[in-house]
Amino acid sequence: MIAEEKVMTISKVEGPAGTRQRRLWRHLKKAPLSAWIGIAIVLAYMAVALLAPWIAPHGETEVVGGQYDPWSDEFLLGTDQLGRDMLSRLIYGARNTISVALMTTSIAFVLGTGLGLLAATVGGWVDQLFSRVVDVIMAIPQLIFALLLLSIFGTSVVNLVLIIAVLDSTRLFRVSRSVALNVTVLDFVEAARLQGEGTIWIMVREILPNILAPIIAEFGMRFCFVFLTIAALSFLGLGIQPPTADWGSMVRENATLINYGDITPLLPAGAIALLTIGVNFIVDWFLHITSGLKE
Amino acid sequence: MRKPVFDEASPLLEVRDLRIEGQSDDSWHEIVKGVSFDLKRGEVLGLIGESGAGKSTIGLASIGYVRPGCRITSGQVRYKGIDLVSAKDRDKRALWGAELAYVAQSAAAAFNPAHRLIEQCQEPAVIHGERGEKKLRDRVIGLFQKLSLPQPEALGERYPHQLSGGQLQRVMTAMAMSCHPGLLIFDEPTTALDVTTQIEVLATIQQIVREFGVAAIYITHDLAVVSQVADRIIVLRYGEVVEEAPTTKMLSAPEAAYTKSLWAVRKLDKQEDLAAKPILHLRDVDAGYGNSIKILDKINLAVPRGRTVAVVGESGSGKSTLARTIMGLQPAFAGTIEFDGMELPLAFKQRSGLLHRRIQMIYQSPDTALNPRRRVRDILSRPLQRHLGLSGEARRQRVAELMSMVELNTRLLDRFPSELSGGEKQRVCIARALAVEPELIICDEVTSALDQIVAEGVLKLLLRLQQQIGITYIFITHDLATVRAISDWIVVMHRGEIVEQGPKSQIMTPPRHAYTELLFSSMPEMDPTWLPRVLRERQSAGIAQNVSAEMSM
Repeated sequence: MIAEEKVMTISKVEGPAGTRQRRLWRHLKKAPLSAWIGIAIVLAYMAVALLAPWIAPHGETEVVGGQYDPWSDEFLLGTDQLGRDMLSRLIYGARNTISVALMTTSIAFVLGTGLGLLAATVGGWVDQLFSRVVDVIMAIPQLIFALLLLSIFGTSVVNLVLIIAVLDSTRLFRVSRSVALNVTVLDFVEAARLQGEGTIWIMVREILPNILAPIIAEFGMRFCFVFLTIAALSFLGLGIQPPTADWGSMVRENATLINYGDITPLLPAGAIALLTIGVNFIVDWFLHITSGLKE
Repeated sequence: MRKPVFDEASPLLEVRDLRIEGQSDDSWHEIVKGVSFDLKRGEVLGLIGESGAGKSTIGLASIGYVRPGCRITSGQVRYKGIDLVSAKDRDKRALWGAELAYVAQSAAAAFNPAHRLIEQCQEPAVIHGERGEKKLRDRVIGLFQKLSLPQPEALGERYPHQLSGGQLQRVMTAMAMSCHPGLLIFDEPTTALDVTTQIEVLATIQQIVREFGVAAIYITHDLAVVSQVADRIIVLRYGEVVEEAPTTKMLSAPEAAYTKSLWAVRKLDKQEDLAAKPILHLRDVDAGYGNSIKILDKINLAVPRGRTVAVVGESGSGKSTLARTIMGLQPAFAGTIEFDGMELPLAFKQRSGLLHRRIQMIYQSPDTALNPRRRVRDILSRPLQRHLGLSGEARRQRVAELMSMVELNTRLLDRFPSELSGGEKQRVCIARALAVEPELIICDEVTSALDQIVAEGVLKLLLRLQQQIGITYIFITHDLATVRAISDWIVVMHRGEIVEQGPKSQIMTPPRHAYTELLFSSMPEMDPTWLPRVLRERQSAGIAQNVSAEMSM
């Protein structure tokens, strides 16, 4: 009652809402500093990834100097164990690591959300089947399961992407199913059924728009986790294969330097950490907006 | 705290030119625009108005509280001479609970489910520094007794979920009384309750005021209810006082045009007409949940074409289950449903698309019945495209036609449901049902979530549509005024059975079945003498005891 009154007064005063762009701009104007930092970080990474060949001083796999050369004017961050320029590899690594993570997350997103929605909308044995399969997959520690599958199917980028996508889609399945369940019981879904709408229509047009906010937030979170999983797998030697530059494997390849007090091998790890922080700032802000809308 | 001088003869509460602003986005808008009133000891003031009129805001402000997002910009609220607007939070906290108490709308949501009732009822006294477990306990049990709650000794040991809504509301009143406050605010205490339960709560409130001599502010949108408890009524609209008068005068001779229009709502009366062939025929229908839990028992019902059948009963009587069984959402276990001469498959899934079209349903709450992420235009266009194959210009025209049928401006087409008022939303729901050109519409409490004037508009609209296109309605409701306004045939349900049915003229006049009598006599009338009269009658007949015993089980 109380909330309703408030909403009514607000809508009366505001009149018809602006267009989508205008609303986005209004949110952006009110965004907190942390969100701006997040946006800046993500944009910077995207720029680096897209413009890698133009920014990098040397080629990705080009041997340009001696092994483990220290930081110098020519090699700003030194060279790695094969004499490749560290900075260039970091820049190319952004491209490889981010694109693999993005691809993986997108597949996981479509798969998990689609099945989660289907399970929630149809219910019954379909829901039971999907949910139990997901339970089984989630019962096995993710990294170990990924290692197992990678050694069975072999380590290629395609396998890596598909395996992590399937494993990660279980999380998205659970989130989308539970939020969709809250929506399926609402009257407008029943009203759509009463007008003879099919399951796909109800899933995509009636339910999906109403659960998009928490799912997109989850997408951001999953992106970070996928990133870390790939890095971890690469560190263990089962991820992205050499000579492709990848932040996870770069840490491992140069790990020896840590013994000599050189921080260079920590730079790719730092790159991962920074991006994770940036994405999370944006996700936090997004969650804040959507929770504000619900009020 | 400095003890202000307070003269016993002056009003207990003085509100002077109170102005409150609410925040939306970045700007402040005035929601209470200079309201003034006085309240004496032992007096009950009724605040009525539509939602958004500022009733609750004023109610809370009169104990010196403003909700987050609101602020008092000017004016005074003086309780016993203390100005609550300028008082410090610490001083106000000393008064809250002890001198000033608040009874919220939904008792079920206001109690903490994890604690026993007695602990929660003692809490205000403990907070205000009273000690002595035994003493406090006895006092609360005494209050339970006074409020004629069943088994007052044992009741406090129960948890909130173990009581009915009406009992909880009375326990909450007991909690508010535990420090013997001088002023009580009741914020729609009976809105969420059934009529048969509402009467107990009203009796309790009346008794409290009489016995303890407290002053009270009673907030509601129901005129009949407020006329039972209030000595004086203030009608509010858009945060302003429209009219203020003693209850009897307000009822017999309202002055402002707005007040008169509020009063007129209760007087809609449809001419009964039953000369028509049945369009829907239910024979020996049993239905319920799962495979075993039976809710409806041997329902026999014929719905005449182009007429309205009203289904009445308290919550839990199976009204909504009946609607869902007819729709096929909760398929009947046994029996037959005949629609327009042919037997309907019992389950919705087995019915053809054409049948889906011919029977439609309108829901109680328009907030949840419209997808918040779709614009009005999309909501109305879709059934036209799907069922009637309309597209382009033809569809656009039909959408505009539908909007004018439900008396809405086409300007609203590009809005989202959240940008519409409650009445507008319900009209969109009606338009959506009409879009597929149905012959039967089941209306499930369609007006109970709306304000009275808005509800009247919706009822008139439904009546007009019936006259124009001859739609048949099954109207589920618990409001007597609505029944009178719209029905030709009345069905009274209790515990999944039809206890009585017949033409309106027959059911509305005695003699009638005992349950029908109880239900109808529980529906408040716009007459201040109604409550004592009904209570007296029931006491002598011994019905009241049976009812409350039934409720508490």
